[in-house]
Amino acid sequence: MEPKLTIVVVEDDRDRAIAIVDALKTAGDHEVVVIANASGLARRIVAHAPDIVLIDIDNPTRDMLEELTLASGPLERPVAMFVSGEAGGLARAAIEAGVSAYVVDGLSPERLKPVMDTAIARFRMVKQMRTELAETRRALEERKVLDRAKGLLMKAKGIEEDAAYALLRKTAMDQGRRVADVAEALVTASELLR
Amino acid sequence: MKTVTLPVAYMPLVDAAPLIVAQEMGFAEAEGIALDLVAAPSWSSVRDMLAFGRVDAAHLLSPVPVAMALGLGGVTTPVSAVMVLSVNGNVIGVGRTLEARLRQNGYGFDFADVAGAAKALARVAEGPMVFGVPFPFSMHAELLRYWFEHTELGQTAVEIRTVPPPLMAEALAAGDIDAFCVGEPWGSVAVDQGSGALLLPGKAIWSFAPEKVLAVRTDWAETEPHLLRRLMRAVWTAGQWLAQPDARTAAAEILSRKTYLDVSPELIDRALHGRFTISGHAEQREVTGFVEFHEGAASFPWRSQARWMAHRLSLRHGLAPEAAMDKAAQVYRSDLYRGHMVAGDADMPGASEKLEGSIRHATAVASQKGQLTLLPDTFFDGRVFDPDAES
Repeated sequence: MEPKLTIVVVEDDRDRAIAIVDALKTAGDHEVVVIANASGLARRIVAHAPDIVLIDIDNPTRDMLEELTLASGPLERPVAMFVSGEAGGLARAAIEAGVSAYVVDGLSPERLKPVMDTAIARFRMVKQMRTELAETRRALEERKVLDRAKGLLMKAKGIEEDAAYALLRKTAMDQGRRVADVAEALVTASELLR
Repeated sequence: MKTVTLPVAYMPLVDAAPLIVAQEMGFAEAEGIALDLVAAPSWSSVRDMLAFGRVDAAHLLSPVPVAMALGLGGVTTPVSAVMVLSVNGNVIGVGRTLEARLRQNGYGFDFADVAGAAKALARVAEGPMVFGVPFPFSMHAELLRYWFEHTELGQTAVEIRTVPPPLMAEALAAGDIDAFCVGEPWGSVAVDQGSGALLLPGKAIWSFAPEKVLAVRTDWAETEPHLLRRLMRAVWTAGQWLAQPDARTAAAEILSRKTYLDVSPELIDRALHGRFTISGHAEQREVTGFVEFHEGAASFPWRSQARWMAHRLSLRHGLAPEAAMDKAAQVYRSDLYRGHMVAGDADMPGASEKLEGSIRHATAVASQKGQLTLLPDTFFDGRVFDPDAES
């Protein structure tokens, strides 16, 4: 039997880390370690002698991992972002899903692929959830600004809510802008005039 | 002319200005292109997005294409530096602890004297000093190492560690690093957050250091010459616009927008005008030409600049210097620059190599249109880099 793969996941968010670890464990009998962002990240990763390191592509501490590719000590195993040959397609899929992987030199594609397929699927899901969350937040925020803008108009012009909204929408259409943008401009301006 | 949209990756820094300005001021549109500017969270992301085709062009640290050509680092897709986006623009700074010790010794923070700063720092060092830089392959790391090698810091224990620029101030405050070399506005951000003081502008070490380049995949440069030409012309015109003193205030406003740097225009203005607040004591220092986008053929990708970087990388990573320098010279594409820019307003030098460090005063040189002045490119210690003598 082949030895277990050691996979290091760099992730701060506990829930996300658990979700990723669970998924990877179902993909095979692997040793999965989670490390949070921290100084000396590269050295802490090297201490685990991982076969694969997975990190969110949007994580700015990713540049610290670049030092792993320069490991030159006699006992250190060089790590490279996998790019060549069959792994090339995987790399592109990984980037699109939002995960970067650093893979130890010489790891066979047959062993790498199931791990990466799982990681890619999981990160894609996480990314989608994050996008949805950001969308929801933005919608809520816009809603709040819109309500304030309507309130301002109702007070200033003595009109009803429907009329206030109609006025915002007409202005937006005339100026070729989004209703939310017009509302935001109004709120900002009113704060300046206060 | 049908407008073509080009995805371009960049890091939110003052020296991404030529790309942002090309898009915002309509220079791209005038060339029939629209730049879809993709802000990246890290330099590895910028490089990967370019290498794997997510974007067609990128704002890249000048040594990265060289390192890729030498097989160093995670990705080695052939990439070409088709023009230099910016020259200089980094600052070296220290955290509060070192600042206090330097002041105790009466150090004046002149923000100019390179050997003096090294001497003062060597005197206050207790244990190894850790310097943060944004990326292992960066002009920041090269300038620091050059400074260490040729000053009293050569006998001091120093370590260079990668820290993402937006986290530099935090890392200083947490004591993970003692000092740093970073591109603006992050040095000024550290000063304003009260976590450090500025010691030297990068320019003081090498007065004409190529800082960022416009990079494209080498095969893309070959298959899309017309798009590349339009992109290069738009970026060049943006650099020319940025060189006008009147443009700086507007440029700072544009860069400060939420979609780009998302910091106050005043912070950006410091780098563009070369007027720095170097410490929490509101000390002001001026640096002429702190960052250069245009003057002195700033955008010309000198093959000798690539050789200088390759020479240093080769020694550090145990590669044969001569072969490394030749490989590097191939990816600084002065040939493409000449080919694509010849029909425009850009004037270019007659040669593609120079003795780096040999221009001591602004010097008029032989050029296509006969009106080119090169700016000083000296190293602080007066050394001259002659690739032939080094190999």
